[in-house]
Amino acid sequence: MAILTMREALNQALFEEMERDERVFLMGEEVALYHGAYKVSMGLLEKFGEKRVVDSPITENSFVGLGVGAANVGLRPIIEVMTFNFSILALDQIINNAAKLRYMSGGQFECPIVIRGPNGAGGALAAQHSQALEAQYVHCPGLKVVMPSTPGDAKGLLKAAIRDPDPVIFMESEKLYNYKGEVPEEEDYILPIGKAEVKHSGSDVTIVTYGRMYTHAILPALERLEGEEGLSVEVIDMRTLAPLDLDTVLESVAKTNRMVLVEESWPKASVGAWISEQVYRYGFDLLDAPIERVSHLDVPMPYAANLEAEIIPGPESVVDAVRKVCYL
Amino acid sequence: MATKSNSTKTSSSKKGKMNLKDIPFSKERLIELFRQMLLGRRFEEKCGQQYQMKKFSGFCHLYIGQEAVAVGSIAALEIGKDYVFTTYRDHVHALILGISAKEVMAELFMKRTGSSHGKGGSMHFYNGKTRFMGGNGIVGGHTPLATGAAFASKYRGDGAVALCYMGDAAVNQGTFHESLNMAGLWGLPIVYIVENNIYGMGTSTERSCAQPELWKRTGDAYNIPGRQVNGMDMLEVYEATRQAVEDARNGQPVFLEMLCYRYRGHSMSDPATTYRTKDEVGQWRMKDPIERLKEQFPTVFTESMVKDMEEEIKQEVADSIKFAEDSELPELSDIWTDVCVDYPGYPGREASDNKYEFPYEQLENAKK
Ligand SMILES: Cc1ncc(C[n+]2csc(CCOP(=O)(O)OP(=O)(O)O)c2C)c(N)n1
Ligand SMILES: [Mg+2]
Repeated sequence: MAILTMREALNQALFEEMERDERVFLMGEEVALYHGAYKVSMGLLEKFGEKRVVDSPITENSFVGLGVGAANVGLRPIIEVMTFNFSILALDQIINNAAKLRYMSGGQFECPIVIRGPNGAGGALAAQHSQALEAQYVHCPGLKVVMPSTPGDAKGLLKAAIRDPDPVIFMESEKLYNYKGEVPEEEDYILPIGKAEVKHSGSDVTIVTYGRMYTHAILPALERLEGEEGLSVEVIDMRTLAPLDLDTVLESVAKTNRMVLVEESWPKASVGAWISEQVYRYGFDLLDAPIERVSHLDVPMPYAANLEAEIIPGPESVVDAVRKVCYL
Repeated sequence: MATKSNSTKTSSSKKGKMNLKDIPFSKERLIELFRQMLLGRRFEEKCGQQYQMKKFSGFCHLYIGQEAVAVGSIAALEIGKDYVFTTYRDHVHALILGISAKEVMAELFMKRTGSSHGKGGSMHFYNGKTRFMGGNGIVGGHTPLATGAAFASKYRGDGAVALCYMGDAAVNQGTFHESLNMAGLWGLPIVYIVENNIYGMGTSTERSCAQPELWKRTGDAYNIPGRQVNGMDMLEVYEATRQAVEDARNGQPVFLEMLCYRYRGHSMSDPATTYRTKDEVGQWRMKDPIERLKEQFPTVFTESMVKDMEEEIKQEVADSIKFAEDSELPELSDIWTDVCVDYPGYPGREASDNKYEFPYEQLENAKK
């Protein structure tokens, strides 16, 4: 195993897939000369040239749409949005075109595009630049939504996303780019889209999460829960939000009978709300307590760091929620 | 009065000594505008320094080098009547439009005494009193809003003009083209100003625009005359904007391309070394807008006069830092204010402040 940062792992995946497949190109704001606003595309311009690593003007709706069109006719675009906040400008192209072409054409066309970039809060960036927007995409049929939490998962899943025949929304986190972890060194490391992973096994309570919440909120909470509280905690990292791996969740709840859902985004009509609904519906008899959900507080993100810290779920709220479902 | 779609390139740049008789306002006003530029410059320098000292964080985009644009153009407005919209590079616009240095600095320091009580930050200054409609964080995001304000002005017939600043990268967004089409179509009272500092982050207009001479892009396309202005010359900016505002009030929207330069990186994390040369920065620094104004009026801006003003401004900025440091952070309860006028709770929305209680009594009554 190599120890890499998330940034390096993503970079490797891009590098390997571009090397493997001529049809793959990377386009987005500042991806070429500047090597990406967050330096994820370091070295790619130098290796693959201007034809395949393209700096776009600031025209999100249209360069995402251009990617959709290129995918429809046989290329394999990777479109970087500088952050997912700006993907909102491209929602029309993503939802009206990328997600529906296969369906509307009765399967004649497909859209093998990856739209990737950081999602969620970055730190004191205020309301327009701190949004966790995964629910927007999970809501829409025709899209796959992937959100890795570790460098290893990021690499394996990005490679899978690039090879996937459908549009994949691949959500990273600015806060995780420097986060280090193990990455398998095998030649073609691919992880399946649509499979959750039990990151930590236990028998008293199930925590379901994804993305940055795993490292930011769950890992520090685990120490306290297993140490001070003496609980045996199972942690499931969903990794893919659409399609949803409900089996892994229900299997765990069958064992623990208690579940806590932790997500970075707002609570209303969220991915957490959706997973809870599925668990209530198909696992009603398995539950010994109502599901607890930990989410972003239901407000736009303020600029002030002391308020931000209160608004993003942290270890404290995870511990509280776990205690609650365990009636402690 | 402009004829329709007469795009022009102006170059009446008046380098060197000028006569007070030749300018359209008083000596006092000239000094006031000079002071706005100098305050903007010194405020931003300190702001960058405070950022590096980790007094605040997040994005911070400095305006150093571009002062003539904001100062010269806002001077041509009727403050309080006309609307101003701009981007995230908004500290100096905020200072000119009546937000005190203290309130700007306190906002940057995330304090409750800031103009948005710590909720907006560097990219989001607003002042209702002067109709400063904000710094917007989304490239191209506010062009439709400014167009909407101009629409409202025409609708009500109140004679207000909207002034909409944007960066050179914004002219490639769909919203820009969609907005200009409507403004041209309906003759809205609006002046669009592109602060062309040649780069959107690290990408030059040469590398992002099919037609990098931006003033050429609106005349035939949208019936909105485009005019190119030397954005390093405050008086030229003033005159071009005054003319454009007059046209706009008469129902002729105008597009002004102001050529300028940011001396610093795009934001605090950009060293600005990879995409431009030291030489280029040096060339532009030679055209410094503050120095230029001094050279134009050496008898007004004498050494001792400028020195006194520098002292005064230094104190004003130092006071703003002290004020910001001494102010309190927002209260945690502030999280819940100003989401909507009235935003009721529901189960799980928030643990302590907003407890939801199911009205069991009502249920019992209903059963009866
Ligand atoms: C829709 C959108 N896309 C991307 C960004 C990220 N971004 C912020 S500023 C900027 C460059 C804008 O350059 P320009 O319009 O020239 O303004 P300047 O910074 O030079 O004042 C970019 C790409 C954004 N804020 N909004
Ligand atoms: Mg620019």
